[in-house]
Amino acid sequence: MNLLAEPLIQRMLLVGLLVGLAAPVMGTYLVQRKMALLGDGIGHVALAGVAAGWLAGSLFDLAQQDALAIPGAVLFAIIGAVVIERMRSRGAAADVVMAILFYGGIAGGVLLIGLAGGSNANLLGYLFGSISTVTWGDVWMSVGLAAVILLVGLGLRTALFAVTHDQEFARSTGLPVEALNMVVAVLAAVTITVAMRVVGVLLVSALMIVPVAIAQLITRSFARTMHLAMGIGAALTLTGIWITVFYDVQPGALIVTLGVLVYVAVASITSLTRRGT
Amino acid sequence: MSEPAEIRDVPPSLVEARDVRVSLQGTEILHGVSLTAQPGEVVALMGGNGSGKSTFVRSIVGAVPHQSGTIRLFARPATASSRAHLGYVPQRISAAGGVSATSLEVVTSGLLGSRDGADRVGARLRGLVPPRDAHARARAALRSVGIEDLAKRDVSRLSGGQQQRVLIARALVRKPRLLILDEPMAGVDLESQVAFSHTVGHLKHDRVGVVIVLHELGAMAHHIDRAVVLERGCVTYDGPPPKDLGVHALPGHDHEHPHTDPPTRDGGLGLEGP
Repeated sequence: MNLLAEPLIQRMLLVGLLVGLAAPVMGTYLVQRKMALLGDGIGHVALAGVAAGWLAGSLFDLAQQDALAIPGAVLFAIIGAVVIERMRSRGAAADVVMAILFYGGIAGGVLLIGLAGGSNANLLGYLFGSISTVTWGDVWMSVGLAAVILLVGLGLRTALFAVTHDQEFARSTGLPVEALNMVVAVLAAVTITVAMRVVGVLLVSALMIVPVAIAQLITRSFARTMHLAMGIGAALTLTGIWITVFYDVQPGALIVTLGVLVYVAVASITSLTRRGT
Repeated sequence: MSEPAEIRDVPPSLVEARDVRVSLQGTEILHGVSLTAQPGEVVALMGGNGSGKSTFVRSIVGAVPHQSGTIRLFARPATASSRAHLGYVPQRISAAGGVSATSLEVVTSGLLGSRDGADRVGARLRGLVPPRDAHARARAALRSVGIEDLAKRDVSRLSGGQQQRVLIARALVRKPRLLILDEPMAGVDLESQVAFSHTVGHLKHDRVGVVIVLHELGAMAHHIDRAVVLERGCVTYDGPPPKDLGVHALPGHDHEHPHTDPPTRDGGLGLEGP
């Protein structure tokens, strides 16, 4: 049987490929700004958005109760990203703001899902990913969002690099610094909601950061780090999803574990080769 | 729009700051500071730690807002678009971010921002992407500061002096008419100081105005046309640089040690009033 002809496997691989390519693009900017954990903060807010969407679905008596879960996640994640960015630009300690969003997101999520008449089990699919339930509708939404992330993230690479590298200099050149910072924050939020389906809220940040961390061990250029991280991200998601076709393991956890193993292997090899020279 | 005759006769200043007041977190740092620089003029902005030098240049380049006073660049009010011809070298804490970047990438980022006609949307959008010949121009800027061979090297692995030269190249790639540098000599090796002194000589020859924040004149002394001394957010001296600088002119001298002399009006720089 040709597994690649299976529509479900096609959908899983396609979404996996898009997420694997797009997540490290935004991850590169977050690592550059030394805000690698931003994805975790926004991810937890997205969880509250899922629960709020669920609650809205039950209030409007929708046939499919979680129909508004993903739109809710997108909305909450974007609002969370805008709040973090605004507070950061006003000089608030970014780690404290993120910690508050972190706690508020997960506590709000559990409370809202309870109010919607659901159980915490309903949130599990979002916490750990549920790629095997992906529909063609989800695929097309992922295509659209990933296209925006790739278009802006790659197209404005030099400008976003300038702003994340040296904000003061960027301001002196007349670049719209605030607007570009907001673009990074909002696109990071969009990336998280797209990637949430594959690896879940708890591991979404890993898909943005781990490929960048691996690429950093190999190359010393910003553009090459980004391109290599995209390749690594896509290879990790496709390999992980392909393995879960044959073995009954959780795809999100497998993808991230593979990434961490690759990181450890590459770090060991590069440290050995450097010691040898 | 025609200008009055008496203004037309005077060459327009590249930068003209008048009575600039800046407060940061509720504390007034600058209490009405003024400065001008003409084409081809090198102005040293001097003063001790905490005198407001960096805040002043940061307000000129638009990195911090000023609460009152006026700042004009190239005879126009300072706005994002008037900064098209401005080059800025911030105080170097580190030229590196969280992700490695090559010297060439850092210098190329200097080509973004305002272009001529930046008031139009099209010009502003074009300022978000580097021009086609960006890499050639970035290489030429690195060549002009003597480090073209470091173009593909990771900036974070360069020495302090080399990193500083990368940041100067990032400002020069814009072909500025006015270059503003914040303590470019701090923690810089002698070779880079000499190279920088040559660069300033060329800029002066090309009629570029230079405002440079310095702790001491050192290797730059012979290029300086005018010294402006700040003390506690006020200008205490604005005039020709002093002939005899004594110990303060020695390379490597810093103002960290306790001075035995009583403080003077010019902040201990050996300057006389205008």
